[in-house]
Formats: sequence, C-alpha cells, structure tokens
Amino acid sequence: MTDFLSIRGVRHAYATEAGPLPVLDGLDLSVPEGRFCAVVGPSGCGKSTLTRLVAGLMRPDEGEVWLDGAKVTSPRKSVGMAFQNPVLLEWRTILDNVILPLEIVDPGMSRRNRVARAEALLDMVGLSGFEDKRPSELSGGMRQRASLCRSIVHKPSVLIMDEPFGALDAFTREDLWQTMRSLKAAEPFTAVLITHDLRESVFLGDQVVVLSGRPARTQHVLDVDLPEDRDIDTLYTPEAGEMLHTLREEIRIAQGRGTEAA
Amino acid sequence: MRKLSQIAVPVGALVVFAILWEALVWANGWPDYVMASPSDLPQAYARFWELFLTGAWQTLWRTVAGLLIAVVMGLILGMAMGFSRIARDALYPLLVGFNAIPKATLVPVLALLFIGQHDFNTVLMAALISFFPIAVSVGIGLSTLEPEYRDILAALGASKFTIFRKIALPKTLPEFFGALKVSVTLAFIGTNLVEIVSPHGKGLGALFLSGQTNSNYPLMFAVLIALAVLGIVLYYAVVFLERTFAGWAERTG
Repeated sequence: MTDFLSIRGVRHAYATEAGPLPVLDGLDLSVPEGRFCAVVGPSGCGKSTLTRLVAGLMRPDEGEVWLDGAKVTSPRKSVGMAFQNPVLLEWRTILDNVILPLEIVDPGMSRRNRVARAEALLDMVGLSGFEDKRPSELSGGMRQRASLCRSIVHKPSVLIMDEPFGALDAFTREDLWQTMRSLKAAEPFTAVLITHDLRESVFLGDQVVVLSGRPARTQHVLDVDLPEDRDIDTLYTPEAGEMLHTLREEIRIAQGRGTEAA
Repeated sequence: MRKLSQIAVPVGALVVFAILWEALVWANGWPDYVMASPSDLPQAYARFWELFLTGAWQTLWRTVAGLLIAVVMGLILGMAMGFSRIARDALYPLLVGFNAIPKATLVPVLALLFIGQHDFNTVLMAALISFFPIAVSVGIGLSTLEPEYRDILAALGASKFTIFRKIALPKTLPEFFGALKVSVTLAFIGTNLVEIVSPHGKGLGALFLSGQTNSNYPLMFAVLIALAVLGIVLYYAVVFLERTFAGWAERTG
C-alpha cells in the first residue's frame, strides 16, 4: 500500500471467436512515487493492455490496480498518456496540441497561463520557435517531443508511455531518451514505460520489469543501480552491460515460455 | 503572377471550349435545332433575361435549401453509423437500397404525397438525392477514428461529447467537405429533375421545358449553360467553406 502505483494479481482475457484469449495472468507491479518503471517483454504479451488498465480505460477481469491510494476503476485527470504514434491533431498548431489536455483538466485556466506552461515545456524539449507550426511540418522526432509535452502538460501524477520511441531511428531515439530524462528531472511524475528496447529500459528506468510471454505475468524485476546522472556512455559501462545481459537472458526465458504455452 | 494564372487558366479554357464548340457547329453546318452555337446564346439571354433571373433564383434557393437538409440528414445518419455498429449494420442496406432507386421515379410519389407543394417537393428531392455521400463519408470518418485519438482525451475522463467535438468532428471535416462537393452537384440534379418532370414547374428546369415546347433551341442551350454556371458558383462556395474550416488538411507545396 505504500507504493504509488501498484498492480496486484491482475488477470485479463479478451473474448475472441475461438473463446477467451488470456493476455495477463498474475501480473504484479509496484512503483514508488516519482520513480521510473520500464516494462519489457516478448511481442504480443499484453503490454498495451497493461497501459489501458493503469489509465483506467478498461478494468481487469481479476485483480486490482491502485494509484495514489485509490483503486483505479475509471479514467482520471491525473494520468498522462503517450503512444508510439504521436497522434497530434493536424488542425491545431503545435502549441495548441500541447494545450489540449488543459482544456479538459482545467477549463478555468486562463489562456495566458496555458500558453506559458506549454511554451515552457516546448522549450525544455528543444521545440522553441515551433509553437505555431502544424504537426505535418515537423519531423517524426520533433512530433514525438511535442507529444511528450502534451502528455505531461497538465502535471499528471503518473505518465504512461506505450513504446513512444519505437518508430524513431536509433540516433533520434537516443536524443529522445536524454530529453525524457531531463523532463523526468524537472517534473514530478511517476512513469511507466512499455518498451521493446532493453537499452532504453536500462537507460530510462529505475526498475525494469520483465513480463513473461502471453499470458503475461511478472517474471523478473531488475533494479537499475546506475547513477542518476546518465548519458549514453553509461550504457557502455560494465554494470550496464551486465544488466542488459541479465535482461536478455530473462527475455529468452520469457520467449521460451510463450512458445511452450502456444 | 500565380493569382493571375489561377484566374486566366480556367477562363482561357472556357474561351477555347466556346471556340471549339462554335467551330464544330459551323464546320458541320448544323442548324440551331440540331445544336445551337455559343453565338446564339447572347440573344437568348437578352430576350429572356427576366425569366433567367427569376428561374435561376428559384433553382438556386431550392437547391441550397435541399442541400442544407441533406447536410443535417447526412450528419445525423453518419454520426449514428459512425458511433454504433448496430446502427451501421441496420442502416447500410437501407441507405444503399434507397440510393439505388432512380430518383425520377420518386417525383410522382412525392407529388402525390404532398399535392401542390411544389417548392417543398423540389427541396425534398434535392435533399433525398444528395444526402447519401455525406452520410457515408461522415460514418466512415467517425468509425475509422484511430483508438489512440480517442484515448488521449478518454484517459483524462473526457465525455464522449467532448471527444466528438474536439477530435472526431474536426478530424472528419475533410471527408465531409469532399462529400459535400459531390452532393452539391447531386442536389442540382434533384432540383432540376422536379422542375422539368413535374407539370407547372418553376426555375430553370421549367424554362428549359418551355424552350422545348416552343422549339426555341437556343433558349434550351442557354438554360443548360446557366445551370452549369450556377453549379460552378455553388461548387466554389463549398470550396471556399472548405478552405475556411478545413484548410489545415491541404498540404502546402
């Protein structure tokens, strides 16, 4: 109960024509306040279902999701979400895209305060001067930066990310990792990051949770014991290498389980 | 320079078209009861200009009124089909079937249903013939909305109506205007159909019919050209609205 986000014994199955398809089976997860939790696992193991459960967009068949001392049963304003697709609204400028959540969460906030908050975030991710551009005028990396700003503009207590860097090229992705770390240092949110990229999970995470193949359960939890002040070089230290190796091994086991089950 | 060519090119194309038409009639030595030539038209307009003005006005307002009703009908049906699977399954066959009926067969039906309501019948026909593209495109636009677009607001606890107003509606606008361009032309066909087919009609269609009864062939051609001009005017009115409300969908360059 001391943990900010806690998922206990969650099971969930989707109804298909061939009968129920279990995707989560005994998932446990707990993240202390302000920490960064990266979740990795084989493809199709129900990671996206996990994001929707935490966001309150769906309810698990069994088990509970607790956030900030309350059971999650429906969506709440204190959640931010980012996806692999930046889903920016083409008819709004970058600035107005970032402002969007404020219009829902805090309708009484003045336009000036909204703009100030959005501009500060855009500045932090290096998008100063692009406020009035349309999303189509920006590169993929820049769009994802704007999308990240939008996901935290309303100061959510928890940020849920579903492979936000998955569609970017390797170097842009590393840039975005750095951006993510500076955002995390400046903003107080607790983060859950779904990813396929082990290096990403170690670079960004305070802890890495390995899920087993479908139906997913928590297979391994790794505490990332690296200095807070990380740069890309940190990934090439022996400590990081050892962690990556451990994670790779866990994924191999997870994949093996998934195949056996299937 | 670009502005100039934007006007000069279509005008030039019209002039070339008129010259070719004139040349075709001259070369074949067709009398005007086979095919009138552009040079016959000015005198038809000069002689009947009052009839043209009143006819054009009647045709125009009834087409626009029909189109407005079509927009409302199309939006309501499209929203029903876009948001509800059941509505989609139920309405599609009905709409497709209705759309397949040749609308000329509806003229006597409407005439009997609403006897003597000529204006009403005409507006209704314009609406009935033109709502289909709007309903289908709005329905498809809404039902193909990617779930992530919904989730960015749904995750914050936004209501369905807010999601519709802030995301689904604006995102569907380009499809809506695309359909509206098709509907404009269809609404014209609907109006003219009633004007020509029903007895004691009004508008440009009735003027066309009187040209036919009096064997005034230049008049008939003059009506066709007037209809084309009205069609172009309405079409570009829609283009103007599209630029205003969904200009973001147009990529520059």
